Amino acid sequence: MDENELRAAVIATLKAIAPEVAEGDLRADRPLRSQVDLDSMDWLNFLIGLHERLQVDIPEADYARLVTLGDVLDYLARKLA
Amino acid sequence: MIEFKLPSLGADMDEGKLLEWKIRPGDRVSKGQVVAVVDTSKAAVDVEIWSEGTVFELLVESGETIPVGTPMATLLEAGETPQNARHSPHTAAAPQASVAAAASSTPEPAAGVGRRRISPAARKRAEELGVDIETVDGSGPDGAVTLADVEQAAGASRAAAPQAAIDRQAEMRRAIAAAMSRSKREIPHYYLAEPVPMRRATAWLAQANAGRPIAARLLMAVVQLKAVALALKTFPEMNGFFRDGAFQPAAAAHVGVAISLRQGGLVAPAIHDVGEKSLEQLMTELADLVKRARAGTLRSSELADPTITVTNLGEQGVATVYGVIYPPQVALVGFGRIIDQPWVEDGALGVMPIVTTSLAADHRVSDGHRGARFLAELRELLQQPEKL
Repeated sequence: MDENELRAAVIATLKAIAPEVAEGDLRADRPLRSQVDLDSMDWLNFLIGLHERLQVDIPEADYARLVTLGDVLDYLARKLA
Repeated sequence: MIEFKLPSLGADMDEGKLLEWKIRPGDRVSKGQVVAVVDTSKAAVDVEIWSEGTVFELLVESGETIPVGTPMATLLEAGETPQNARHSPHTAAAPQASVAAAASSTPEPAAGVGRRRISPAARKRAEELGVDIETVDGSGPDGAVTLADVEQAAGASRAAAPQAAIDRQAEMRRAIAAAMSRSKREIPHYYLAEPVPMRRATAWLAQANAGRPIAARLLMAVVQLKAVALALKTFPEMNGFFRDGAFQPAAAAHVGVAISLRQGGLVAPAIHDVGEKSLEQLMTELADLVKRARAGTLRSSELADPTITVTNLGEQGVATVYGVIYPPQVALVGFGRIIDQPWVEDGALGVMPIVTTSLAADHRVSDGHRGARFLAELRELLQQPEKL
């Protein structure tokens, strides 16, 4: 999976939870949860969605590292490498 | 003869529009069965019935808007026949034209009642698209619901969505305004707040989740809900309704969970018997409730009977919530954000994760003294998360 495919997969997962998200408005360097207004249930569902779509394990201990969209993409890219 | 009336689904509802009957004359119904879908300002609600019997007449047609308390259907009790039931004063008083005749003139093979043919592919696709399969018209043999029917239904609901969403938002704003105005007009609120150390609870939760697959992980919200429900056992005056000038304590804790909707507004449907359920069970139910609240498919009992409300505005980053009680309830418990703060423990200054719990309670029912002890009990319960 290349960078663009991964980004598309992450955005699709996000839109399943927050359909109103406009990809162009997302800043990859800002905290994702506050940009998209995700509460902890939404956040968990987002991670469950990524886990199901990409078959990646995301331990709870890693949540703290997943702040911005950029963090999420880097983390997943490393996991999938 | 039993009359089934449109139930009130909360203080902010005075009428509803029947979208669909899930029953027909002649059907046997049991307690808890969903019999109709009614549109309220907050959601399309699956309305349950709490009597048993055989449907005799449907008194309201789809599309009609009726006030709360309007008889919607009549049921025959065990042993009753339509002949002796016709003399019932209830049915004579029902003003609406009966739709029973029209419905019963449609030939319907007895075996087909209540069972629809739905292809497995259609069922799976409906789940993926979030379409309620029961509402999809079937175009296949014997009215079977096909994959194409589901996809068409999904497309239709998307097309109809924007205008409906705007109407719903305006109506929801009005409904919230009515309930909250009544609350502030009638309920003499008092407010208390208490910082609660969360080191034990967060450590316990991290450990509990470490061994779980992601889909089985717990959120702190369910730990907090369970603690509230257990504290209510000792402080029953926070749990129940103030009606007709008197407090009616509730036997069980049906905790209303404030859920914000992405398009604006909120609902606070209940998780039932929170004190009697495991954290795992509560997590499953909370996830399901949030999903259905956002999809607009709640059940009547969830909207009608919360005995207290819990709000978790800490999710949005605030430290403390000062709640407005949802009438006729008598209390609302708020949780702020968990924040690392300087904290003195055993004479030493350290850093402690703290959540500010708050209570808004009805002064007609309880006093600040009891309210303070309630929050102290909640604090103690949260120090022993393994016992929740």
